[in-house]
Amino acid sequence: MPSFVIEEKCDGCKGGEKTACMYICPNDLMVLDEERMKAYNMEPDMCWECYNCVKICPTQAVEVRGYADFCPLGASVVPMRGTEDIMWTIKFRGGTIKRFKFPIRTTPEGSAPPDGGYGFGPGTLDDQLLATEPASLKADKLWTLGD
Amino acid sequence: MMNFETVEVTTDLLIIGAGMAGSGACVEAGYWAKNNNVKVTVVDKAAMERSGAVAMGLSAINQYQGDNTPVDYLSYVRQDLMGLCRDDLVMDISRHVNGSVHMFEGFGLPIWKDEGGNYVHEGRWQLMINGESYKAIVAEAGKNSIGMDNLIERVFVLQLLHDKNDKKKVAGAIGFSVREPKIYVFKFKACLVVAGGAVHIFRPRSTGEGLGRAWYPPWNAGSSSYMTTMAGAEMSSQEVVFIPARFKDGYGPVGAWFLLFKATATAANGFNYMGEGLAEGGELHNWPPYGKVKPIPTCLRNHLMMIESYRKGNFPILIHTDKAIAKIAAESPDEKTKKRRLKELEAEAWEDFLDMTISQAILWAAKDVFPEESASEIMPSEPYFIGSHSGASGAWVSGPEDLQTAESKSEYFWGYNRMTTIKGLFSAGDGVGNSSHKFSSGSFTEGRIAAKAAVKYVVENPAMGEIDPAEVERLKAKIVQPLKNYEEHKGYTTLGTVTKKYDLPVEEVNPNYITPKMAIFRLNKIMDEYVAGWGSQYNCSATTLNIALDLLKMLKEDLPKLAARNLHELMRCWENVHRTLLAEAHARHKLYREETRWPGYYYRVDFPKMDEQKWGKVFANSVYDAEKDEFTMLTRPIIHLVDIKEVVGM
Repeated sequence: MPSFVIEEKCDGCKGGEKTACMYICPNDLMVLDEERMKAYNMEPDMCWECYNCVKICPTQAVEVRGYADFCPLGASVVPMRGTEDIMWTIKFRGGTIKRFKFPIRTTPEGSAPPDGGYGFGPGTLDDQLLATEPASLKADKLWTLGD
Repeated sequence: MMNFETVEVTTDLLIIGAGMAGSGACVEAGYWAKNNNVKVTVVDKAAMERSGAVAMGLSAINQYQGDNTPVDYLSYVRQDLMGLCRDDLVMDISRHVNGSVHMFEGFGLPIWKDEGGNYVHEGRWQLMINGESYKAIVAEAGKNSIGMDNLIERVFVLQLLHDKNDKKKVAGAIGFSVREPKIYVFKFKACLVVAGGAVHIFRPRSTGEGLGRAWYPPWNAGSSSYMTTMAGAEMSSQEVVFIPARFKDGYGPVGAWFLLFKATATAANGFNYMGEGLAEGGELHNWPPYGKVKPIPTCLRNHLMMIESYRKGNFPILIHTDKAIAKIAAESPDEKTKKRRLKELEAEAWEDFLDMTISQAILWAAKDVFPEESASEIMPSEPYFIGSHSGASGAWVSGPEDLQTAESKSEYFWGYNRMTTIKGLFSAGDGVGNSSHKFSSGSFTEGRIAAKAAVKYVVENPAMGEIDPAEVERLKAKIVQPLKNYEEHKGYTTLGTVTKKYDLPVEEVNPNYITPKMAIFRLNKIMDEYVAGWGSQYNCSATTLNIALDLLKMLKEDLPKLAARNLHELMRCWENVHRTLLAEAHARHKLYREETRWPGYYYRVDFPKMDEQKWGKVFANSVYDAEKDEFTMLTRPIIHLVDIKEVVGM
């Protein structure tokens, strides 16, 4: 199955109303077996392998095994996502290992300002200027026909 | 069967969907709403942090104007869609998009910069980003703008409700929670439908476990189109699907390889189909004027591949990553630079996959693919409905007042920017037709444009509409019918007494109902085999389209027999209802347009050529009458607002 839960590592996000993977999955695939307190992917063939459940899991209990109908076995791609960057470890079928680290954001989590730092401009409901324009355009004015 | 509670939500502006367009709408609406005492609510089928098409991330921003003008961008878009485009909509997005990109950077998105502090371009319009958290960052700005109290997640909105006294106006919407037995009834003055494009209308190339490995995400089920179509809004260009040619099976992006690393592609036998197609007497000259000028339209690039693959049998098509890397290495002045450049290139190439199509990274690792050692296969995918890319399907909307000529104003402007032909109903992103190539940044921008206009509408039309309580009761019963179907008939199923570890959705055989999975397969088979999917090598004709319409009619008649075992499956049932109406609209549009304008997207084999005389200056539009279950087809004129002297490339 595309994303799958390693049961020994999953604690069902103890104490929470729902698990982190249930919260994030864009396709509503993750569910919690409340009796056993283990999450699982209930519809693997609708998984996009977007890795959001893998990245968010607090116990690293979710991994991805490539789609069985076309992907040979033996490889793995594992992320470690922090607050500023993400580290990827790629293990090839033949044993090669590659590791990459990329930045993910430049501001503290939660702080994204709606105006993007440009402030709100002079526009009114009756003109064509959007809230942060013209400052956010880094131009004096908004383009129109004839300019 | 579980008992459903009804939750009523009254607001001024309801934003349905919180992907890129919806997030842009939140960012913009928050400001205008506060200043005008307007209440905004946003509802998402998933969690806004990672919903929509950018849920996984992206490795590039594909629309940034830089110092180019909106006319430059228009020249590129008009060319790419073989002349089909609304100049006003395209230039409107183009003139605002720089601001959106600059705001992304302010939100915290890392955009690549060179040593001089300038953005690193992948192509003329494309910027390279570290985009793993692109959606999370943009959604965060949206949430900070409207406030968490105004966000409702995990509620699937199914249908809009007309004003009881005016069928040309919307006043509400209905849907359900995919997590709790609750039906949501919304009342509003205006709504913005930004619920994405559509996947899994056509059969995907992988149909086993990899069914979900579509290029575009499987949760985009045609909901924008369904809601606007059912409300009676005029729809446009529903025949124009997009078929991306990508790395085979994983559907990993090829943009960085083609644009940044300058890789070339050939047929299996080494035939340079692009060069030969462009050369004097080549195939591209059969598609004037668009085939004669660079950049070659996306559909024509597919077309050349399809000729090689299907007519000549020279498949697979290969992208020569090895040669591209060798060339970059050879161009390095010394050994040290070469080593550094190759290391950078390796990271760039892998990040391209890891940011947006991790499956392709797994596939390369699993197949021990090293791009510097060998070429890789690329392949055209199944068709997608995505008005934001090189497709054009979506709602017919009003444009901005100032980007019009006297002639276009009577056709393209009716009071509020991005409002459909139904009062109070706005759309953006994949929901809007004929303004292709907006991508993530342009969709966000169009969401901003539409949100401001929708707030203006609310301020100028302050009376709350009235929804029909009888209609609400009828829809409530209809929504939960699949759960009822299951409860009533489940005892008849022949599944037997399989001991299951979990209560997994296992396929059942039961003559009384259809599971959502079988419904999607039934739809996919019809569309693939008769409406120009990959299985019919993208061919169709009036004969096959009419067969499809007969089969779709029966499918529609059977949809009330869908069965759901839980709320998750109820969501799947309704996604298929949404897909099926778009599938029908699509088949009717293909039937109506008697020409082949986008070879490489689909071929009308009974009209194999482009007919500039009859179809070159019009859009194919449709209006659906839900009560009569009838589509009316019509054309609208293509009016050029500016003359294009030169097509500006990529």
